Amino acid sequence: MEQFNIVGKDVPRNDAEAKARGASVYTDDMKLPGMLYGRILGSPVAHARILSIDTSKAKALPGVKCVITGADIPKIKYGNWRLFADTQDEYALAIDKVRFIGDEVAAVAAVDKDTAQEALSLIKVEYEELEGLYDVDSSVKEGAIAIHDYCPGNISVNRKIQYGDIEKGFAESDYVREDTFKVHAVSHAYLEPCSALARVDLDGRITLWTSTQVPYIVQCLLASTLEMRENDIRVIKPFVGGGFGGKMELRTLEFCAAFMAKQTGRPVKFTLSREEEFLTGRRRHPMTLHSKVGFKKDGTLVAKDLKITLDGGAYNAMGPTATFLCGNFGAMLYRYPNYRFHGQHVYTNKPPSSAMRGFGAPQSLYASEIQMNLAAEALGIDPVDIRLKNAQVSGDKIPDVATISSCGFKESIEAVAKMSDWKRLKKELKPGQGIGIGCYSFISGGVFNWFNTQYPFSAAEVRAYSDGTVHLLTMASDIGQGCDTAMKQILAEELGIKMGDIRITSADTATTPQADLGAWGSRVTLMAGNAVLDAAKKIKEKLFGAISAHLNANVIYEMECKNGVVQPKGRPKKAVPFGDVVAMVQKSQRGEPLIAHGYYTPRDKGLVTPAFGFGAQVALVDVDQETGVVDVKQMWTAHDCGTVINPKGVEGQLAGSIQMGLGYALSEQFVMQDGKTLNTNFLDYKMPTAMDMPPSEVTHIDTYEPEGPMGAKECGEGLASPTAPAISDAVYHATGYRCKDLPITPEKILKSMAENR
Amino acid sequence: MKHLIELKVNGDVYSLAVDPWRTLNEVLRDDLNLTGTKLGCGSGDCGACTVLVDGRSVSSCLTLAVEVQGKEVQTVEGLAPSGSELHPIQEAFIEKGAIQCGFCTSGMEMSAAYLLSKNGSPTDQEIREGLSGHLCRCTGYIQIVDAISEAAEKMKQS
Repeated sequence: MEQFNIVGKDVPRNDAEAKARGASVYTDDMKLPGMLYGRILGSPVAHARILSIDTSKAKALPGVKCVITGADIPKIKYGNWRLFADTQDEYALAIDKVRFIGDEVAAVAAVDKDTAQEALSLIKVEYEELEGLYDVDSSVKEGAIAIHDYCPGNISVNRKIQYGDIEKGFAESDYVREDTFKVHAVSHAYLEPCSALARVDLDGRITLWTSTQVPYIVQCLLASTLEMRENDIRVIKPFVGGGFGGKMELRTLEFCAAFMAKQTGRPVKFTLSREEEFLTGRRRHPMTLHSKVGFKKDGTLVAKDLKITLDGGAYNAMGPTATFLCGNFGAMLYRYPNYRFHGQHVYTNKPPSSAMRGFGAPQSLYASEIQMNLAAEALGIDPVDIRLKNAQVSGDKIPDVATISSCGFKESIEAVAKMSDWKRLKKELKPGQGIGIGCYSFISGGVFNWFNTQYPFSAAEVRAYSDGTVHLLTMASDIGQGCDTAMKQILAEELGIKMGDIRITSADTATTPQADLGAWGSRVTLMAGNAVLDAAKKIKEKLFGAISAHLNANVIYEMECKNGVVQPKGRPKKAVPFGDVVAMVQKSQRGEPLIAHGYYTPRDKGLVTPAFGFGAQVALVDVDQETGVVDVKQMWTAHDCGTVINPKGVEGQLAGSIQMGLGYALSEQFVMQDGKTLNTNFLDYKMPTAMDMPPSEVTHIDTYEPEGPMGAKECGEGLASPTAPAISDAVYHATGYRCKDLPITPEKILKSMAENR
Repeated sequence: MKHLIELKVNGDVYSLAVDPWRTLNEVLRDDLNLTGTKLGCGSGDCGACTVLVDGRSVSSCLTLAVEVQGKEVQTVEGLAPSGSELHPIQEAFIEKGAIQCGFCTSGMEMSAAYLLSKNGSPTDQEIREGLSGHLCRCTGYIQIVDAISEAAEKMKQS
């Protein structure tokens, strides 16, 4: 393994002190002179035609400065799949029709929040209610009403994958089984409710501060919906209080803030309430997964046929990507020589489902992992052994998808079995106790370009100064995961300088280099990291040229940047301080500053990702036989994220993933009735607290990813997948209840135990 | 009708005219620009808005501004006034990696301050109980519990 000085070290976060002091400014913390407060009116009905909207009373209310409806805005649809315009199905405000409870109908901007709120109550909307379709079966039924006119049948995306010979595979299998799994919707539940503040500059250009994971995407989609030029819009991401996939599209509040700022000439800020977040916010896709798998007697996988329907809610949002990725996740992790996938994304009259940490993997892998355990049991093979037998290894090719480069999957399974003392523990379980295993593989960013960007996937600019400091500019978006710190670590390592020597400016579309597709799909470490590294290497080339000339060094000498100096490799006596060498470069360039640009775009990397993360997790649970309450006693995790850039950051990602996985498995769900979300607060939406967190032990598997910056790849999103299947499997061993319908509730456990008695 | 109140926040006294329905959270954030105190839910469920009133932790989103007339309010900005050294709780949060997105941080720190003022050597279980009114979606709480444990040690030594 390579030796690093700063990468791999517990460097405190770049922003930790500001956050600890309460000095970090989030969008809703900002106020501008003359600022108006915006509020959005959502539909109270799930599916209806809008017959009329009367805003006259709202407009007449003193203090109200602007009221808009769909009739006032350009009729331009948006969506993240710009390459396929027919998938762009959303207007910022409803035009003619509403499709879910909360679908945005009108917006007001007023001098204070109370006035804006009062104005909302004065808007009269007349609806003609239509039949509501609240589940996939109703939506795809023959003759069902079309939720979108362009899409009769309500299936908006079909995705098929096939390789090998699936029928032959099943024919050659000794053991074939079919199972249907249902997984439910959960909330991102980021702590910071969405907020957007727009200002129109004196020249008519717009500046938008917004809690987003994707400033560049917001810039582009805002430009198209406002009929403005992209670069007349500046999107700045201030501190963001978590995203997890829920802040990665253009959203109505961003559009309305910008549009109403233009209309009024005054800054306008919108901040959603927690109730609005729960009632109308994006959520993880509920899915039905039908999976048929074939094995040889010895546990070797032969074939898999996977059919998934995604309950997309009222709009596509990131559903097309989730549909696509589900097909790939279904074929990841294990070797499936024959594979077929059919995914369908279906509209329903519910809040749109979208990207959420794992992006299809938690659902897909729940089905594969539970099915693997079912098969292992039927074949009389230990779940650990059947996984080791089928595990993907470095060099494996997934047809059309990728060739797996670094892969610590087998090592992860072995490590987690050892940490948990799997075989012994399994034999020594007390009544009511169970252990279970879940595994994952995940992408390190997508290679697909459905957004159709003309720019590199990630970019960085590095400015080196003669005082020894360096300025890093990148559009990579730190939303709490810590990429500002990781990017600085990579740069400091490469240039041999200290973290404190680097200033970072990030995620401002007017000043940071174009472009970056944002913080999602676990793409930032690998992609933005490579862009930073590329820029750093270009800086070094210049420095090496200057110092070679200065020392009149033999051209065969290699130079290095280390400990704040530049020197011929291993010859510290010839060292010159970093800043002095920067000055030499500048002088040789007749004053031109030393600036370099770095880029990364994955090319020739298949259809999905340049690199995969892997891991395995074991859960130990205790289930109260009287109440059915599950107590998770311990989690063991072994994972492969390539080079660990920041150990505390990685551990934090892991612990956070366990919290989310625990909620997904056991406690979190939306309670829905006729399209309405009934639990719209944190009291009724039950997210795990500090009291619920089990002790956890972690092993990092040491691998080096050739495509990653300094060997690094994804971490933290893949880990969203294994927790639910591991807990579910443990619950099965504790109670006999095999959960094929998440979440696992005491009610389901008790019912199953009663049936089995 | 607005009420005239005197609010003592982080040692400074402010004379304010506030509507009787204004929450302490609104007054701190909107009137006093003390935006270190966050608003995560508005219903007292997430703990992001926690401040100390006369030394006790309260949800500022559920506390009316008129209720705290004449009482001492401490916010995260008062934990270590800007420019001064960090409070041991803040130091520990930074060192232990207890901060990710940071939105829950100030509330967590204020509850930690309350907990440690009552119990200088809390067990992990007591810390978890002390945090049970707080939600965090990033950290899984583990590093936060570690940080508060570490802060207790630091405060004992100083």
